Amino acid sequence: MTPDNNPNRPGETPGTTRSLEHFVAEVAETPLQAVDQVKEESAPLSLWGEAWKNLRKQPLFLISAFLILVVALVSLFPGLFSPINPATEACQLSSSNGPATAGHPLGFTKQGCDVYARMIFGAQASVTVGLFTTLGVLLIGGIVGSIAGYYGGWIDAVLARINDIFFALPLILGAIVLIQVPYFRANRNPWTLVVILVVFGWPQIARITRGAVIEVRNADFVTAARSLGVSKFSALVRHVLPNSLAPIIVVATISLGTFIVAEATLSFLGIGLPPSVMSWGNDIQAAQSSLRSNPLPLLYPAIALSITVLSFIMLGDALRDALDPKARKR
Amino acid sequence: MNESIDIRETGSRTGRPLLEIKDLAITFATSNGDVNAVRNAHLTIMPGETVAIVGESGSGKSTTALAAIGLLPGNGRVSAGQIFFDGEDIAHASEKRMIELRGNSIGMVPQDPMSNLNPVWRIGYQVKETLKANGLPSGPEDVAKVLTEAGLPDAARRAKQYPHEFSGGMRQRALIAIGLSCQPRLLIADEPTSALDVTVQRQILDHLDKMTSELGTAVLLITHDLGLAAERADKVVVMYRGQVVEAGPSLELLRNPQHPYTKRLVNSAPSLASRRIQVAKDRGLESSDLLTSDDVVVEKSKPAEVLQIENLSKVFKLRSGFARSTDFTAVDDVSFSIKRGTTTAIVGESGSGKSTVAQMVLNLLKPTSGRIVFDGVDTSTLNTKDIFKFRRRVQPIFQDPYGSLDPMYSIFRTIEEPLRVHKIGDAASREKKVRELLDQVSLPQSTMKRYPNELSGGQRQRVAIARALALDPEVIICDEAVSALDVLVQAQVLNLLAELQSRLGLTYLFITHDLAVVRQIADHVCVMEKGKLVETGTTDDVFDSPQRDYTKALLNAIPGATLMLPPEVA
Repeated sequence: MTPDNNPNRPGETPGTTRSLEHFVAEVAETPLQAVDQVKEESAPLSLWGEAWKNLRKQPLFLISAFLILVVALVSLFPGLFSPINPATEACQLSSSNGPATAGHPLGFTKQGCDVYARMIFGAQASVTVGLFTTLGVLLIGGIVGSIAGYYGGWIDAVLARINDIFFALPLILGAIVLIQVPYFRANRNPWTLVVILVVFGWPQIARITRGAVIEVRNADFVTAARSLGVSKFSALVRHVLPNSLAPIIVVATISLGTFIVAEATLSFLGIGLPPSVMSWGNDIQAAQSSLRSNPLPLLYPAIALSITVLSFIMLGDALRDALDPKARKR
Repeated sequence: MNESIDIRETGSRTGRPLLEIKDLAITFATSNGDVNAVRNAHLTIMPGETVAIVGESGSGKSTTALAAIGLLPGNGRVSAGQIFFDGEDIAHASEKRMIELRGNSIGMVPQDPMSNLNPVWRIGYQVKETLKANGLPSGPEDVAKVLTEAGLPDAARRAKQYPHEFSGGMRQRALIAIGLSCQPRLLIADEPTSALDVTVQRQILDHLDKMTSELGTAVLLITHDLGLAAERADKVVVMYRGQVVEAGPSLELLRNPQHPYTKRLVNSAPSLASRRIQVAKDRGLESSDLLTSDDVVVEKSKPAEVLQIENLSKVFKLRSGFARSTDFTAVDDVSFSIKRGTTTAIVGESGSGKSTVAQMVLNLLKPTSGRIVFDGVDTSTLNTKDIFKFRRRVQPIFQDPYGSLDPMYSIFRTIEEPLRVHKIGDAASREKKVRELLDQVSLPQSTMKRYPNELSGGQRQRVAIARALALDPEVIICDEAVSALDVLVQAQVLNLLAELQSRLGLTYLFITHDLAVVRQIADHVCVMEKGKLVETGTTDDVFDSPQRDYTKALLNAIPGATLMLPPEVA
């Protein structure tokens, strides 16, 4: 059997006695590349860079980011959005439950206060409580969860049980009980509320962190770092935690929304922020007495609350899609 | 292309081909636009014939096979060409028609036996499901018969078990039973044994051969292993970057490759006949100054045996019920020593304890008994500070190139980390060192701004090597360091390792299951079986005259061992 001397045209050797054809593609059609060449044309892109590139194109992210930006501006500079400051300008009982007029686009409450102005100025308390509760929860839950997950053994067993005890107490119920502590009752302001919500809110983040850390701690790159001489604790800080952040960020974003709701709920029940502090929960509570005669003062703060919470939950969903390539739709 | 098909049809066998793929193109719709996964693919399988598609990962071999059974992922479609099954064009057949064909006419054995059986259903039920779907009798005896034919002993009892009670080989047999249960005319086997040990692989493939030749089933075998393809198939089709580059009778293709890619593949395929990569000795002889400068320094101050492992054992406690445990001896009384500047390979199948030995040598796991003496010092006596120094001198390279680099770290930070941890140099000198290291592993210096997710498996492994070299270690422990790589990339990395050894006088401890790789890289071999060292010796001795049955079985099980020819004189 003689080898095909003209490899590019195997079809032109019909005299062959072989039962199976030896086909060779034209080299020009199938150019050979260097083995394992590094692609140098595109710009380097980190995982976060890639997530950001992905995020920018998502309508869900764009809408929620815009809404959050508006909420952030309103709570930082309410004066820009409302010329009337309800804290300094007394409500006029003469305009009690009054309809919308020029300068007062959403009408008046039973007490004769401007609904729009109160809605704008109420954002600050709600957002403060939501944001700082989330930060506190991240700090405590993150530390507890990562230590439990990373070191395992009896440390994990003890921390996980403590976690379970707090997890078993519903957030609102726990807050209702804790707020009866004399110190908290005497000092009701956004900061005490933050403390109370953090006490009952951290177990969720701790759980998520623990799971994420356990997933990463056995990765080869952690073993590699350890065998380079990186100490156990710095391997946690330098390698394990940065790689566990994605799910924690997603859950934290979503829970920011739920903490705003918790604040509103407690204020609505009359045990959250004192009536002197403007907040959406207080406004809803105040408006419920005249629900049948004038439902609008209840409706507007409720809408503001829903949109704020919804935008944080949407942002969380968008982040989840961007940070978890497996869940990403193609 | 058409000419060649015409000739074959008129000039050779009688009858029409069972499967004929003509000018097939497959396109995937991705977020970055359409990607052509396969172009101009063509392939013919006659009834009863075994055809193998060989190619590296991403070459389109699996995609071509999946198109033939109509199971392309949702975003893929056949954008041109035809697929004839027994004369019928099924490239755009309806889903209903494909369901009729699947199982009955075209069977499939998937790649990963671990994830392709549903863990919540009994094995018997999963076989029954297939029989039922194809309208065949599906009583318990039928199920047992199908499983017995696939080589599962005690099938009636086994059918009542769940997948987790099966070993990898048994699961693959169950999958083969499912694939062949309806006696299809064509069986597509997608890397059916790549997840299994070599001896199990041999058993499974032998059995598959026997079954398909009894039933007259044609087989489309998809594999990355040229030796295996040549040994098992009548005809081999080589795919490269989505195109068929060469196709022909397997032996001829192997002995007389025409396309440059096939030539490259044949030359770099590791086999028992291949020789030790010679860089070290050749270089040493040619440039005597290199030899003296390295070896003299080494000889005057340090013992020749850099690592001595004495009676090493490791016992794991396995939990069995409350407050009770049973002992599992992973490593049992292992002793060997490694000379400076040489490569020692530990070979064994999964569960032989070879990786546990590596972990203990790296001081990441405490031995239950025995000693590891590194450079004259028992490593178990080291305090924290000495361990830190020890880490500088002994470095690992891991198996999974996708797991061993921190995805959050740029390549620069990854390679710089060991220098920073050991406080070597300042920022500028560290950057210079990183650039040098990238040169040493032949990656462009611009790579240092990139992230692991932008690199291929082989490139990541080279980054891992650069990181391991950053501290100028004396011993490098390679735990299956090339097992996850494609043949060509594997050859490239092995050559790199051999070259670095000659240049830097490194000592390697190579943990692997692949005897062909051992032949290429190792000077000494330790064969491990179930935690025990069964045979040691120089590579030539062990390969030429194995003493133990286990070693012989391992050597015999290597696919294509007898077929491969030694590479051309280098």
